[in-house]
Amino acid sequence: MKYDIILAGVGGQGVLSVAAVIAGGAVRERLFVKQSEVHGMSQRGGAVMSHLRLSDQPVSSDLIAEGTAAMVLAMEPLESLRYVKYLSPDGVLVTSTNPVRNISDYPELDGLLDRIKSLTRQRLVDAQGLAKEAGSTRATNMVMVGAAAAGLPVKTQALEQAIRDLFASKGEEILEINLRAFRLGCLKQAAWSFLPARLQRLPI
Amino acid sequence: MSEMVLLGDEALAIAAIHSGISVAYGYPGTPSTEIMEFIQEYAKKEGRPKAAWCCNEKTAYEEALGVSFVGRRALVTMKHVGLNVAADPFINSALLAINGGLVLAVADDPGMHSSQNEQDSRFYADFARIICLEPANQQEVYEMTREAFELSERFQIPVMVRLVTRLAHSRAPVRVGEAEPEKPLHKVEDAKTWMLLPALARIRWEKLLGRQKELLDFSEVSPHNCLELNEDFTEYGVITTGLAENYYEENLPEMQVKPSHLHIGAYPLPVAKIRKLADRVRKIVILEEGYAFLERKLRGVLPPALPIVGKESGDVPEAGELNPDNVRAVLGLGKRRVFKLESEKLPARPPQLCLGCPHTDTFAAMKKALESFERRVVTSDIGCYALGVLPPHSMGETLVCMGASIGIAKGASEAGYRPAVAVIGDSTFLHSGISPLVDASAADTDMTVVIMDNEAVGMTGGQATVLPSFQLEKVVKGTGVDLDHVKIIEARRSKIEENAVLIRKELEYSGLSVIISVRECIETAKIKKAGVEK
Repeated sequence: MKYDIILAGVGGQGVLSVAAVIAGGAVRERLFVKQSEVHGMSQRGGAVMSHLRLSDQPVSSDLIAEGTAAMVLAMEPLESLRYVKYLSPDGVLVTSTNPVRNISDYPELDGLLDRIKSLTRQRLVDAQGLAKEAGSTRATNMVMVGAAAAGLPVKTQALEQAIRDLFASKGEEILEINLRAFRLGCLKQAAWSFLPARLQRLPI
Repeated sequence: MSEMVLLGDEALAIAAIHSGISVAYGYPGTPSTEIMEFIQEYAKKEGRPKAAWCCNEKTAYEEALGVSFVGRRALVTMKHVGLNVAADPFINSALLAINGGLVLAVADDPGMHSSQNEQDSRFYADFARIICLEPANQQEVYEMTREAFELSERFQIPVMVRLVTRLAHSRAPVRVGEAEPEKPLHKVEDAKTWMLLPALARIRWEKLLGRQKELLDFSEVSPHNCLELNEDFTEYGVITTGLAENYYEENLPEMQVKPSHLHIGAYPLPVAKIRKLADRVRKIVILEEGYAFLERKLRGVLPPALPIVGKESGDVPEAGELNPDNVRAVLGLGKRRVFKLESEKLPARPPQLCLGCPHTDTFAAMKKALESFERRVVTSDIGCYALGVLPPHSMGETLVCMGASIGIAKGASEAGYRPAVAVIGDSTFLHSGISPLVDASAADTDMTVVIMDNEAVGMTGGQATVLPSFQLEKVVKGTGVDLDHVKIIEARRSKIEENAVLIRKELEYSGLSVIISVRECIETAKIKKAGVEK
């Protein structure tokens, strides 16, 4: 079993926390994990991506090959499209629908979402709305972990524990908000059953 | 043995701690910064080792030499271009009889994720005639760093551990070993081995040259240089170095045969192993992360005995990083079919200055002040404010290396192009801006230096500058700048107008002015505030 995920977003959206939670959960489940991050210059409000590789065998490459990722998990719709080339034919794209418009030539949102919807296997989530409901829009990233959870080879409890590990030092309130955000995201995953793996192929 | 999930940088840090280092020195630079940060965090809890950021990579390296001289182990950390700054002590230190283990951890940045070039530090190790270890994964980072300290003491040379971005910033579980105690103080007994006067340096150079055979012997038997032969397949053999091994292995399941393969993780190059491979195959495919270092050595100038395929031959991209995809063609594999969704038409999202960044307000004032000058030169430097060369600020026309803004502005002014303005951050100024300012001060060059003082090394994550902000003015004045033309302004939106007037006045003054524009980095201010509330 191998499960490769491209994590995407804009600097400051907490992409690395998403990576830490999924990787932390996977390590608890005794999977091999490799996670490549981007630090430094790119973190300043620019496009950020992380390669996260989970496997029951040792992983050699830190980078995921194009056309082989099981999932693109994005905090932002424009960023989700940037990495479509990494998706395997039966891979799934999971993204928040909430744009970060910090560039002047940001495309028109409806058109952008339509392009995402043209993929056979995709999940669109109003993550910001759910994060607000959970108590803070800063927890948008944890909503997305929840929204992706059903597709991941990691149990929900292991992910919850990883969230506890990550946010424990930030105080009870912040931890609770993030757990709530994660659970609200999980509720959005019912639609996964519409997507039988390996039956619907993406147009290539 | 216990297991920890670590970045490559962190694996290196903990290996150095476990090797009993007394001190770590360095200068922040992506992708090497997290090495020192990890040691500093550790030292906060455990009380040792000492771990300090220095003015620049040269001072860091020299300070580490002092630790070695008195018999203790030291680690020096820097990014690849930092080694250009530290090159003088580094190259010369190969001639010394290194005493306490001295390991240079240098992180290259192929693909230029956060750098001005993608130079390959293996050339430096080769140039200095020392050992370089090049790990391919986080576990090897740990093991090779520990070995590097032993090798440094065994051969009395500095040893380089070369990382690249993808390893420095990638996390994986690492099994760590037992920690060694700190070494006792034991100063070099024969100080002649540390005095590079010409007569003595000649002796040391002979010594280093004489030692090359031993280094080669080490490399030939090192398990990091692993040759696996497939006697049944002679069409080609593969040599990988560093991370290229991972991309090769990633594609191996799709290949029809498993060719003979030599992986090189320890330098100098294992000549006998390379020859052994070459004896058995009709072509050599080289995959290496970085420049075509190995490939150029193997090909040389004379007609090659065997066809050699790699970066220089044009079969593997010469610029940028390797990845699991761009090594496929040379291994006889076709391009994987990928899903296309007009993704090439997506607008880019380059990094930008944070909302509320003090640099924004300094740039706004400068823009106003420069408005009326038809001709002007504005040079910039390495740091967050380098992002100001892009719209909407468009402030800065040159970006070369740490500290270059001041020298370039001086040259432009003295060639007759004025006003000439240099933009430089506080940490970059302390790193290598002081010397060119002394030049400008000595000549009283007609130019204006704007020091953006945000009290932090912003781009690499807000490390404290080596001197606190209030000391900066004294340093500037100490270089001999006319005191009437050293001005302090506050980088605030509400002060853009008055700052613009002041900057304009200094631009019109025909002599050297230094304007220090002060306001704390918005990110470090946020972090401090969060700390207080907690």
